[in-house]
Amino acid sequence: MSRIFTARHAMGTKVSGQALVAKDGFSARYDLDRIEGIFSRPAHKLAGQSYVGRILVLDTAKGGVASAWMLHEMQSRAKAPLAIVFNSVNPILAQGAAFGDITMLAGFDEDITVAIPHGSEVEIDPQARTLRLR
Amino acid sequence: MTMQLNDEEKAMLAGELGEAPRLALSHQLKVGEFFGARDFVPVTQAHVMADTESLGEAGVRWLESLAALKDGSRRVRIPTITDPRGTDFSKARRLKQAEWMTDLEARAIAAFVKLGVAMTDTCINYQTIQAATRGEHVAFGDTGVVIYSNSVSGARSNFEGGPSALSAGLTGRTPRYGFHLDEHRQATIRFRVDWTPSKLNDWGALGGVIGRRAGNYWSVPVIEGLDRPPSSDELKHFGAAMASFGSIALFHLVGITPEAARLADVGGEALEPVAVRREEVEALQQSYAVDSKIDVVVFSGPQLSLYELRALADLCDGRRFRIPLLAVTSPQVKPDCDRFGYTERIEAAGGTVYSGMCFYQSYAREIAEANGWKRLATNSAKMVNILGGYGYVPMLASMEQCVEAAQTGRLQ
Repeated sequence: MSRIFTARHAMGTKVSGQALVAKDGFSARYDLDRIEGIFSRPAHKLAGQSYVGRILVLDTAKGGVASAWMLHEMQSRAKAPLAIVFNSVNPILAQGAAFGDITMLAGFDEDITVAIPHGSEVEIDPQARTLRLR
Repeated sequence: MTMQLNDEEKAMLAGELGEAPRLALSHQLKVGEFFGARDFVPVTQAHVMADTESLGEAGVRWLESLAALKDGSRRVRIPTITDPRGTDFSKARRLKQAEWMTDLEARAIAAFVKLGVAMTDTCINYQTIQAATRGEHVAFGDTGVVIYSNSVSGARSNFEGGPSALSAGLTGRTPRYGFHLDEHRQATIRFRVDWTPSKLNDWGALGGVIGRRAGNYWSVPVIEGLDRPPSSDELKHFGAAMASFGSIALFHLVGITPEAARLADVGGEALEPVAVRREEVEALQQSYAVDSKIDVVVFSGPQLSLYELRALADLCDGRRFRIPLLAVTSPQVKPDCDRFGYTERIEAAGGTVYSGMCFYQSYAREIAEANGWKRLATNSAKMVNILGGYGYVPMLASMEQCVEAAQTGRLQ
């Protein structure tokens, strides 16, 4: 049976795919090897894993204004995540998603990184501001 | 939520003022509606972070497409300045940067100039260009600039990434959400410190501890217990690290920063105090101390003030470095650093003073590989937080310890 989670903030187009989930932050500058398309900061809970084409489900956006440009640059090389879902977002990641045309959801009534199992199939509908766990 | 637009904004969105403002306002609308902004707020200054390691070819092409527009106004409407570049053109070879890197930088600069942007190339514009004032709405990029301007100056800005800050320059406004609003400027978490740092690395580490514990962008720490007002350089390192470790954009220091003359002014009395002990600050620094051998010493992130360069020059006198020591400052400070002899004294010991760039924004991964740098010593807590992702083993120490490491190759 599917479960549906509603976000307070949403943008982008409807997408579905495999979720990469961690109770950790996200910054394109601090955490990623953007050439290889993997999480590279050793202390990150997803270190070594590819984010390309995945739906990232993470706790919070972290510092670094560069992410606004970097999401656009990653998208231009087809090395971007399919969507990013946060418990708490900051303006940089929202601006980056807007500039890079990446679907984004943020702000839930429960901890979304606990509610969504790592590796599960999910569907995001920004118009309805929903994430559906299939 | 649909944002309310005034007549000028409606004209912009309809393209009546040109394609550049139309594109800029369209982008700002997406962001504003995402955050539920009611309307736009006029801003007086914009500060654009746009090194080409972040932009890549795609970002530079986007800038060039804006700069090539012929119709209407493609030039910024308000003073719009830049964060550091990805190189110091006069020393790119010394850094072993590839020609394509400097070519990309040159293309970005040419596009910015056509858009009317002033290439100030500084992340310490509050020390070098013009500090924003209390209540002034601005659109600043670089998290260190935002947290300093919001907290120390009492100005009002969100983190504005490059595309959004440039958009604000082109439209003269930004969506009214987050730290432009009174309700987001009240404290959400209260810290009590039992110790006032004296070294810049300690201030940065304290900022890092508070940033980590505060948690996210919407948290506003209020801090009690400091026994003196910190200097501008101390607050620079404190804020930059807090923003880096925790994505924090505003803090208050009771009795020191302008919006918190008293704890009650920012709603702090209603919050339970959380103790931050000196041991936690030391533990954060120790967590990076994994090796005693050092390949390179870097002072950057944020760029150094004239006073930091003066202190560094004093420490360099009579020394001869075995490993590279890089000191990075702004194009506004560098001429005075030269004029007062600080550059000569730092470089006589074997160091190098760079201008207009930032170390971690200058293709840090590639220059590490080209120069054989891995173990890096710095007094910047912000830098150690960032550089792990670029393949470095960064270590945090005082300026004195870092200079000693440049001479011996070892960090004690």
